[in-house]
Amino acid sequence: MYMAHRRPSGQLVTLSALIAASVVIAGCSSSKSKTASSSSPSATTSTTAAASASAPAPASAAASSPADAGGAPVTITVGDFGTFGYKEAGLYAAYSKLHPNVTIKEDTVEQSADYYKALQTHLAAGSGLDDIQALEIGFVADVTANHADQFVDFNSLPEGPQLKSTFYDWKWSMASTADGKQTIGLGTDAGPEAMCYRPDLLKAAGLPSDRATLNQQWATWDGFIKFGQQYEAAAGKKGQFLDSAGSIFNAAVTQGTEQYDTTAGKPDVANSDGVKNAWALATKAAQAKITAGLSQFSTPWNQAFANGAFATISCPSWMTGYITSQAGQAVSGDWDIANLPGGAANWGGSWLGVPKAGKNQAAAEALAEWLTAPAQQVTMWTSQGHFPSSSTAAKDPAVASATSDYFNKAPIGQIFGDSASKLKMVPIGPYDTQIQNAIDTSLTNVETKGADPAKAFSDALKNIAQVTGG
Amino acid sequence: MTALSEPAHDLRTTRVGARRKRASALGSRAAYAYVSPFFLVFGAFGLYPLIYTGWVSLHSVNLENLHHSTWIGLHNYVALWHNEFFWNALRNTLSIGVISTVPQLCMALGLAHLLNYKMRGRTFFRVAMLMPYATSVVAATLIFAQLFGRDYGLINWFLHLLGVHHTNWTNGTRWQSQVAISAIVTWRWTGYNALIYLAAMQSIPSELYEAAAIDGSNRWQQFRNVTVPALRPTILFTIVLSTIGAMQMFAEPYLFAGDGTTNGGGEHQYQTLALFMYQQGWTNFHLGQAAATAWTMLLIIVVLVCINAALARGRSRRG
Repeated sequence: MYMAHRRPSGQLVTLSALIAASVVIAGCSSSKSKTASSSSPSATTSTTAAASASAPAPASAAASSPADAGGAPVTITVGDFGTFGYKEAGLYAAYSKLHPNVTIKEDTVEQSADYYKALQTHLAAGSGLDDIQALEIGFVADVTANHADQFVDFNSLPEGPQLKSTFYDWKWSMASTADGKQTIGLGTDAGPEAMCYRPDLLKAAGLPSDRATLNQQWATWDGFIKFGQQYEAAAGKKGQFLDSAGSIFNAAVTQGTEQYDTTAGKPDVANSDGVKNAWALATKAAQAKITAGLSQFSTPWNQAFANGAFATISCPSWMTGYITSQAGQAVSGDWDIANLPGGAANWGGSWLGVPKAGKNQAAAEALAEWLTAPAQQVTMWTSQGHFPSSSTAAKDPAVASATSDYFNKAPIGQIFGDSASKLKMVPIGPYDTQIQNAIDTSLTNVETKGADPAKAFSDALKNIAQVTGG
Repeated sequence: MTALSEPAHDLRTTRVGARRKRASALGSRAAYAYVSPFFLVFGAFGLYPLIYTGWVSLHSVNLENLHHSTWIGLHNYVALWHNEFFWNALRNTLSIGVISTVPQLCMALGLAHLLNYKMRGRTFFRVAMLMPYATSVVAATLIFAQLFGRDYGLINWFLHLLGVHHTNWTNGTRWQSQVAISAIVTWRWTGYNALIYLAAMQSIPSELYEAAAIDGSNRWQQFRNVTVPALRPTILFTIVLSTIGAMQMFAEPYLFAGDGTTNGGGEHQYQTLALFMYQQGWTNFHLGQAAATAWTMLLIIVVLVCINAALARGRSRRG
């Protein structure tokens, strides 16, 4: 959900595996007492959070659904990955309070790529599936194309039209089959994009740093790149202007009518207007030497946040949390957010699907509908910083008028909300994650090794053929 | 065997011999029973996956639709033959194998020779030698990846002091990245091989050295003419192990890249065969192609080990 669309650093995971292993070793002697004591504080924190979550929740969806009418005890398993945050936001506890017969068990996999592999094997075997399965934008297209019949179709449910009306149109159609008849997932969060920047670094380079001026000068990517060249030429500049050429590419690629796939969901990278335009812009920035040449989500990239090695980075809503954790509280208030050049774009986001193989299908449907209902999406924003994929939730004052102290009191709710409401549906396909990785790799070669853009692009196409062929 | 058959010449022992034969037949049956658990487990977790992988390699299978595999004969192998990334990975595997193995074994031999002398704190040095081997490959690679970092790495910082320009180890030239990865392998395995050599050296009778000394040969001549010939089987053993290890190298190049991709560098500079296979299977989800690569790797390893053995046999016959 967080690392939407792009695998996070393998090192992070292996590091955490190492740490986990050492904890296991260290905790061998006291594991029993530890688990016993850790369960009670988490229970208390979640009930306090639940108080705020359950108050605005009218449980409209749950009331209209046929779930748990008899009140027989039922355990629902939720399979997800990364930091979905429902438990942390206290939503499971709140739901169990509304429906005392329901016990919710979360089944979390650290990396979305690993989760996807397990999900594919379970779908192929038709067993081992959880009652609710999270689906990420990187593979939701694969599931709708190849496994739609194995999931509950929310479109054909009686409450379908009412559910649909609460979501952004593009969010609903991304989880729908090509003919638009079946919808296999309900949207959780979205990743509308903006441009995060460091006003202090821009100021030091003698350039304007207020949001309004930048929104004007950065209205187009060309304007943004020109601004970057001024930054690089300035005497007072520190580090590079932009973190990576991928920052431009990954944002600009969704601003065309197509990104990696045709409307039929077939990969077609060479002829996509989104790719052509984004590649031209990104390589232009790379050759103008305004980027730090860091591969996104690599260790050096992570280190660069804390070192202030770049002044701007295009940021989906979830990236703000990433910046906060990587750059640290020392630079709180030193960051700010302006609109994304070139118009609205989206990066990432997830859905909840209900496999038909589940034993508690009706109860799982009710829970999925409740978790993705507007009131809960508002809670996810205030508690976890996940931007709603529900247009109703995005209009809620708690979202629409939200500001961030870390980002110099920027009106983040309004900036991301604007972006989300202007988004158009861009076709997605089953190989998007790998395709994006291949292009990012080639872009890094242009940036750091001076590779010829035309040659780098044909290399990327060769790598993509490895994925899409056979 | 000879001990058993010799008494059979004696007339008196014919009957005893017959009884022994029966007993040994019974005994061998019991022996089969004793070894069977290993072979049952090996059959289930070693042989069956091996054969099933071969079966899968003859099909077009993708992870997203496992049940729609279609028979395509040797097409995966033909595709592999025409795949430039396969040849690239094979080249990388061989060159990393040579860069990491040859200096490593030479150093191990030298270190073992030094440790074989009587000196103060010998046990400490021997234990210290084995420490890198006891380190997890993941931990070692992560630390080395930091040391070799482009912007904030210790090695570049040091080279900078010497006036050398920043080197992009993780995504530079083929040569730079492969040397960096070989450094990790060498660091981890030198001590292990040195200890194996040391154990073998200690079984060389000291009379040989005394005789050599009386004949007037110095330390170096003793090393060349006594130690190395006596170690030949051990050296062969370490070469075979290192060859297999080099062919299967995966964790180092995978983690060294540092961005979780399976490309082995932006231009596949250090994508080894194992990494290439993993990419086919678990990044691109083409299980049939990955299975074909796995079988091809097996064949390559068998061929390499045979070459090793043939070379060694030829040498020992000459020696």
